[in-house]
Amino acid sequence: MPRLSVWFVRFSFVHLLIGLTFGGLILANKGFPFASWTWSLLPAHMESLLLGWMAQLAMGMAFWILPRFRYGAARGNVNFVWGALILLNVGIVMVAMQPLISMSWIVLTGRILETSSILLFILASWRRVKPMET
Amino acid sequence: MPLLTRTFIKTALVCLALALVLGILLASGVTNGLFPVYIHLLVFGWLTQLIFGVVFWMFPKYSNELPRGHESLGWIAYTALNIGLLLRAIAEPMQAMQPSNLYGGLLIASAILQWLAGVAFIANTWRRIKEK
Repeated sequence: MPRLSVWFVRFSFVHLLIGLTFGGLILANKGFPFASWTWSLLPAHMESLLLGWMAQLAMGMAFWILPRFRYGAARGNVNFVWGALILLNVGIVMVAMQPLISMSWIVLTGRILETSSILLFILASWRRVKPMET
Repeated sequence: MPLLTRTFIKTALVCLALALVLGILLASGVTNGLFPVYIHLLVFGWLTQLIFGVVFWMFPKYSNELPRGHESLGWIAYTALNIGLLLRAIAEPMQAMQPSNLYGGLLIASAILQWLAGVAFIANTWRRIKEK
């Protein structure tokens, strides 16, 4: 597994743990209401599990497994993919902080970072979606 | 493909089928209040469970002696995930319709089991995330 995939997968596991913890608190609060603030964890729960866990794991696996180039950089522009990793995680944290910080620009900025991350990843990976070279 | 992976994948497929049937029931108005169960059957029962199974199969070896790590942790993850999901499917709509200590307790148990499934999976897999 290349180093970049290692970091994608590690971050995705961290998001899985955070997302499950927040989801567990929300569900437990449905059982015995003990803290209404648990509902404020819902955006972080969804963001961590959908983008942080699943999308990020898929990106890490794709970087590892997609066909490589025979000439030049084997996995394409690695800087773009490092950029995607950083932007995605900063974006998720910003969106997840939405209920804690009353700054409306933070969600918008987080969403822009997440989208930029995915676009960078697509740019770097598009040409790797190809038949195997023989 | 190891037994644990086959079990994860087949159960994930069952969850997908159940979620889609539930989707039909929700769309036709036959049942209400099951939307959270529908979403979690898809995202946790289907997608996450499928990922758990494939990762257990395909990730780099833990060691020559234990190529897939401690399999018992994988079985704990499998059992906790599915019992947790089942408890949720029963107790969440019941708690919404007629709250009681029984359903409340089942939801607490479900929350702990689903969390435990993730922890067991991560504990068994973390050291298999490594560079070649």
